[in-house]
Amino acid sequence: MNTESISKNNNTELLREIKEETRKLALMEVCGTHTMAIAKSGIRNLIPPNLKLLSGPGCPVCVTSQGDIDSVIELVKESDIILVTFGDMIRVPGSDSSLQEVRSQGADVRVAYSPLDALEIARKNPGRDVVFLGIGFETTAPLIGATIEEARRQEASNFSVLSLHKLVPPALEVIFSDPDIKVDGLICPGHVSVVIGLEPYKLLAEKYAQPCVITGFENNDIIEGIAMLLLQIRKKEAFAEIQYKRVVKSEGNPVAQQILQSVFKAAGARWRGLGYIPDSGLAIRSEYRSFDAREKFQLPEIEDRPIKGCACGEVLTGKISPHECSLFGRACTPLNPVGPCMVSHEGACAAYYRYSPLKGGKK
Amino acid sequence: MCLGVPGKVTAIKENQMAVADVNGNYVDISIIMTPQVRVGEYVMIHAGFAMQVMGQEEAEESLRLMLELQEIRESYANEHREHFEEQ
Repeated sequence: MNTESISKNNNTELLREIKEETRKLALMEVCGTHTMAIAKSGIRNLIPPNLKLLSGPGCPVCVTSQGDIDSVIELVKESDIILVTFGDMIRVPGSDSSLQEVRSQGADVRVAYSPLDALEIARKNPGRDVVFLGIGFETTAPLIGATIEEARRQEASNFSVLSLHKLVPPALEVIFSDPDIKVDGLICPGHVSVVIGLEPYKLLAEKYAQPCVITGFENNDIIEGIAMLLLQIRKKEAFAEIQYKRVVKSEGNPVAQQILQSVFKAAGARWRGLGYIPDSGLAIRSEYRSFDAREKFQLPEIEDRPIKGCACGEVLTGKISPHECSLFGRACTPLNPVGPCMVSHEGACAAYYRYSPLKGGKK
Repeated sequence: MCLGVPGKVTAIKENQMAVADVNGNYVDISIIMTPQVRVGEYVMIHAGFAMQVMGQEEAEESLRLMLELQEIRESYANEHREHFEEQ
């Protein structure tokens, strides 16, 4: 769908309301799927220029720290494991290499759609250790937790998980607390919220006086989500509400929350662009330690070595747009990505490169 | 990455597994997180797991987006074919 088709649908009235906004405001989306959907839809071109849509730390591949990527690459190079992960992760450049490169040198790195596929690989390869590289937010972590529980049920002693999972609310607290980041409202992630529900955003909205709207991914959803945020701002209100009601329930998914609680515990995590945030990651509980790859392989902690010239950190916190990175579209393209925001198809740089590649931002 | 795909549950199997019709493709899914789901109902599926039960209308609405995103990915893959072929 393009801007023309949006204009034709029944959200014309909402668009008119949005266009009436004259104040300089910044709304941040915190989901890679939103980033891609917004870029593709041309919504940026429909809304007035005083209204800025920022991409936040919503792409799990992008926010994985350089040190964590390097330690995974080290693990694969130094052992005879089968590493299984989601697609985008294998192309992310580490400091010296990528999982794709070490695979071309003989390492066994495989891409899976579901963590259950990794468990199946473990069942078929009883003589080898299979490590699933767990990345993702609250949407994905319960699935990995359920897979760990299933691995315990199957007594799959050759299966383990390297948990690099991250939690969205602690990162939002950092964003809201940073005086260099101006955000007036939050387009909250739709599918993370399927699991966590409305409550975490209620706390954030109250603590930081930030309007929060859990928003779906269709163009109409996004338009409506923006209009709902602007309405709160106009009324000088700040509360959490759900636009994406067809999937998100206020209470979230209690079963998924229970799995998260029983398999994982909150732990400090390093985020690209945001640094170390206490209790923003998920570590595997000691009851499941035999499935914890970090413990099983005594994974060393590797310091983050920033990529020279790469501004993914600033892009992920909305401090700059992808166009403002000096590497964008020149040294860094989807064919030769320098940073993860250009690798992941949900990364802000990849979305901008595809849909508004010109420095002016308008296609 | 947090993409959710709607599917219609066509069979419940043992061990909290089920079969879902996702736009004509029949896929095995875990229903451990939606134990209440029944055959004929729709679910939002993420990475092989049903994450939430949905109404039919809502599921059909979401399916439209899924197909649209699939189109993006395919054209993206075509543009960068050499990298994707390696995967």
